[in-house]
Amino acid sequence: MKRNSYRTQMIAFFFLFLAMLLIVVPVGLIIVIIVQKGLPAINWQFLSDIPRQGMRAGGIFPAIVGTVYLVMGAIIFALPIGLLAAIYLSEYSKDNMLTRLIRLAIVNLAGVPSVVYGLFGLALFVVFFKFGASILSGSLTLGIMILPIIITTSREALESVPYSFREVSLSLGASKWQTIRHIVLPNAIPGILTGTILGLGRAAGETAPILFTVAAFYLPQLPSSIFDQAMALPYHLYIISTQVPNVDAKVRYGTAFVLLTLVLFMNLVAVIIRYKFRKKKKW
Amino acid sequence: MVKFEIHNLNIWFGSVHAIKQVNMEIQSNEILSVIGPASSGKTTFLRALNRLNDLNTNYKMTGALELEREDICAVDIEVLRRKIGMVFALPLPLPLSVFDNVAYGARMHGERNKRLLGQRVEDALRQAYLWEEVKDRLNESAFKLSGGQQQRLCIARTLAVGPEVMLFDEPCSGLDPISTAKVEDAMLKLKEKYTIVLVTNNVKQAARVADRTAFFLTGELIEIDKTDKIFTAPKDRRTDGYIRGKFG
Repeated sequence: MKRNSYRTQMIAFFFLFLAMLLIVVPVGLIIVIIVQKGLPAINWQFLSDIPRQGMRAGGIFPAIVGTVYLVMGAIIFALPIGLLAAIYLSEYSKDNMLTRLIRLAIVNLAGVPSVVYGLFGLALFVVFFKFGASILSGSLTLGIMILPIIITTSREALESVPYSFREVSLSLGASKWQTIRHIVLPNAIPGILTGTILGLGRAAGETAPILFTVAAFYLPQLPSSIFDQAMALPYHLYIISTQVPNVDAKVRYGTAFVLLTLVLFMNLVAVIIRYKFRKKKKW
Repeated sequence: MVKFEIHNLNIWFGSVHAIKQVNMEIQSNEILSVIGPASSGKTTFLRALNRLNDLNTNYKMTGALELEREDICAVDIEVLRRKIGMVFALPLPLPLSVFDNVAYGARMHGERNKRLLGQRVEDALRQAYLWEEVKDRLNESAFKLSGGQQQRLCIARTLAVGPEVMLFDEPCSGLDPISTAKVEDAMLKLKEKYTIVLVTNNVKQAARVADRTAFFLTGELIEIDKTDKIFTAPKDRRTDGYIRGKFG
């Protein structure tokens, strides 16, 4: 009997370990392969030059710049709106049908496929508002896509500030807004930042939303205003992998390497902020 | 002089009738202790006085609560809470430095002058018997103080706002006997300037510090009288039972 339970335990452990391995191995493999094949392509010219010879040589500078612009635009749009919405939902809204509906809508918004956002952006920003295919349209589309992430993480950050702090502040005669401004927000900022950066990473890596709204196949010069089209890393990678024949694998993996580094770097920053916050947390 | 007048006070949380038909007065510069077993409505009663119950969405109140003949529901809530300070059951410093904790209320009310703020913080800490212990640690996080120091910090923080009434909600429930004695000393000194309402689970504490004592049971005010009367010759059988430790 005893031996039998021991054996069951070993079998369970084996499967649990296997599941863990199945998660770790693909991540490790992706990173190893991209680094191994992409790293040799990385040099100053690759990072700072425009694409040459039909994108088979030269660099990817316009795509890097485009992605940075798009991500910045998305965050300028999504952070204030998302944060204000989160403050409203966590601090002001009463628990009734309407707010439950809003919460449900936000959760569902997070589950909408990114290509649908692309189509939505095309219809709303490019066509209806006549922004054309431009950085503005792309940024707004990406911004809407990451809004649910920002709202959800910000709300969690705000709600994780102990309720007793609010009571103390109010009992000292502070107004509700003063309480939010001086007690709740300062203690929620690290969590809000973490969510924002995760949203940034997501925005940087998505292809579908920018496909319809901003991304250019090839541009010889950098965008000069928010109404210009721009190249972007994920779309550029798609093009040189499928649309342009005879592109050296080195260039493709180099592009993938740059994109991966960008996104992983953002996630790393988010992890560091969270870690520092946990260490500093005083309650 | 009468500070608080309470007429026919009834409080509900949803369908729970938490306070039933309470009539009483609270005098200026007295320590009124409120005793009673768990869920007898003591804390609810206390939180009605500074309208902290209002935060609860299903809270409902009828009757009249008057502070110096003025209906407290007609006063601006921030002004009311400046007049009626509160010290909570657990030491609850805000995640700020010692100085900023004490200065918080004054700052929220618009005090910007650094010298005045400093003076106010020092005065409040002295009144709470904490100044000597923390005068060199004003910029440290308030969480680094011991539990008893934190609770006196909370008292100082309430004092710094300049209240007229102080509400204490079981202020010593998390403290050791020595810290408890310090907090009680502070209270006895404070009643010269302030009106104090003390909710306590510790019957002996009520006997030690209170001028008058009110006994609550399941939301009803059973008896209110001078503390020595309550403890030597209570009128109600249930009061007698409670203070003798027969229940609760």
